[in-house]
Amino acid sequence: MAGANVEKYKSDGTTAGNLLEWLDARFPLMALWNDHLAKYYAPKNFNFWYFFGSLALLVLVMQIVTGVFLVMHYKPDASLNASGVPVAFASVEYIMRDVPWGWLIRYMHSTGASAFFIVVYLHMFRGMLYGSYRQPRELVWIIGVLIFLVLMATAFMGYLLPWGQMSYWGAQVILNLFTAIPLIGNDLGVWIRGDYVVGDATLNRLFSLHYLLPVLILPALVAVHLIALHEVGSNNPDGIEIKKKKDQNGVPLDGIPFHPYYTVKDIVGVVVFLIVFSAVVFFMPEGGGYFLEANNFYPADPLVTPPHIAPVWYFGPFYSILRANTVNFFWIDAKLWGVIFMGLGVMVFFFLPWLDRSPVKSIRYRGPLYKGALTIFVISFVILGYLGMLAPTPGRTLVAQICTILYFAFFLLMPIYTALDKCKPEPERVTG
Amino acid sequence: MMKKLLIAFLCVPWLAFASGEALHLDKAPDRSHDLPALQNGAKIFINYCLNCHSASYMRYNRLRDIGLTEQQIRDNLLFTQEKVGELMTIAMRRADAKQWFGAAPPDLTVIARARASEYGSGSDWLYTYLRSFYRDDSRPSGWNNVVFSNVAMPHVFWELQGEQVLGPDHKLTLAKPGLMKPEEYDAMVADLVGFLNYMGEPVQNYRKELGVVVLIALAILFVLAYALKREYWKDVH
Repeated sequence: MAGANVEKYKSDGTTAGNLLEWLDARFPLMALWNDHLAKYYAPKNFNFWYFFGSLALLVLVMQIVTGVFLVMHYKPDASLNASGVPVAFASVEYIMRDVPWGWLIRYMHSTGASAFFIVVYLHMFRGMLYGSYRQPRELVWIIGVLIFLVLMATAFMGYLLPWGQMSYWGAQVILNLFTAIPLIGNDLGVWIRGDYVVGDATLNRLFSLHYLLPVLILPALVAVHLIALHEVGSNNPDGIEIKKKKDQNGVPLDGIPFHPYYTVKDIVGVVVFLIVFSAVVFFMPEGGGYFLEANNFYPADPLVTPPHIAPVWYFGPFYSILRANTVNFFWIDAKLWGVIFMGLGVMVFFFLPWLDRSPVKSIRYRGPLYKGALTIFVISFVILGYLGMLAPTPGRTLVAQICTILYFAFFLLMPIYTALDKCKPEPERVTG
Repeated sequence: MMKKLLIAFLCVPWLAFASGEALHLDKAPDRSHDLPALQNGAKIFINYCLNCHSASYMRYNRLRDIGLTEQQIRDNLLFTQEKVGELMTIAMRRADAKQWFGAAPPDLTVIARARASEYGSGSDWLYTYLRSFYRDDSRPSGWNNVVFSNVAMPHVFWELQGEQVLGPDHKLTLAKPGLMKPEEYDAMVADLVGFLNYMGEPVQNYRKELGVVVLIALAILFVLAYALKREYWKDVH
């Protein structure tokens, strides 16, 4: 990366220039700037789907900044105050009422959690549309899936912190999944919770990790994701390599410098995102009960189990896969199968680069088999997500089971249908 | 073939989503911008509810939001030694309450947000609930409720509303009139629910006003950002 062989910045004689020369002699400032922005050549035909990477970065920064301010007033304490309310729950309402602008920071953070998953799901879908996970971008994809995993863990931990009924019982259900592991399950469950049930110890450790993961681990993974991406170069909606056609200076013919072209374009994307985001924050912060669930306005009560425990919408698909496993099989309990399949449902994304045998990358040149398979996969994913938020009935469980099979069939049959598919020839140059 | 499969596939879920019986809720009148109604609601809340139910995230002086001065709050709404900046707590101990009623009365600060469901807003639930008590001698309190069956709370407003009975057709009828006419009672409950809705999120009106300003500012920013992008991109072909 930023190498020592790059020509160093020479001052133009002004104070700012002198300072820059001093800095660049001691730190690869210009080299970093050029490698990642001013001389990073991105394909010129990025479309709508390419906004979501920079938006995910924006949301990450926003979550960290709002989170840092929330922590200044939030108290991870499950004990009851004089009015019989858990201190953690009361501290969130304190932020909402008595901390100046606390309500705005809190709504930005709670809406930001959902926004994060929306942009990340769309960002991943972009990768599947245009084959961005294919050679030579396998590592970019793998790190991306790791980011998704850490994001899910972070969101799960953050959701416990308001210490409402859904926080509490959602955490109880999910942390109990570890007890399905044979032999060590029960001890592992106690070790993870720090108690026999979700309690003050659990709240404090999840609070600690909800700080560690997004503030240290996520930015590090994002940096590696970007460095790896800039090493191999961005894919594009045509799924062809722009580096194959270069001019005499070694600049890809279909490439344009990321800065200023995509920085100014991404600003437009950011403003549009902020318009939608603000509409939610200011006019419907509960997101219709999907972003802030009504039941979570009741303080956590370990003695009252809600009739229906549902995860937040972004965990819906995976929760549905968990619940779809209802059969004890091979001497293994249905609950453990559920945990295994839920885990596989995420892990299977790691293998995508090697499951795809298509000669082309982009959906534009793929045949009907992949288009049909991707459509069915997306519909299954949405239905699973919807079912995950509803109480199970025999009919719903059957639909979830069908969708779970289709979900996994998309991946497991991919080597077959992508190899059989009738693809169109790829163009030599990007088509705009 | 492919298309037919897809259509069949899209239809399957709807069979599964046919749901059971729905809870019918009356729509609560909107009092969010009616300051006299909200003040009346605050008065009812403090007189009738705040003895057993706390509103422990809410401060008395926050009631300035609904047009009261600190002096008015002090003179009309504080009955004991509280200071105007204090939280709206109660003296009853939770352990005692649990023994007396069978369940400790919940804190009501955010009840209007907690009661939202697919059947209606939290306000709708509260508005229907407070008008759905009926005589039931099988209950320890002598009262039951259509919306919240076997509720521990007795009908606090029985003198005002009178006594309703549940007919065999599951409809409520007013058997013994109270001090208020049914319309007056409904209006009073609407004021109280309006106040509970305000208290659930005191900033809600300001939030929406500010939201308009933010969206206008972002719309202007969008025009500038889009113009900037077009200017830079005019030489990309």
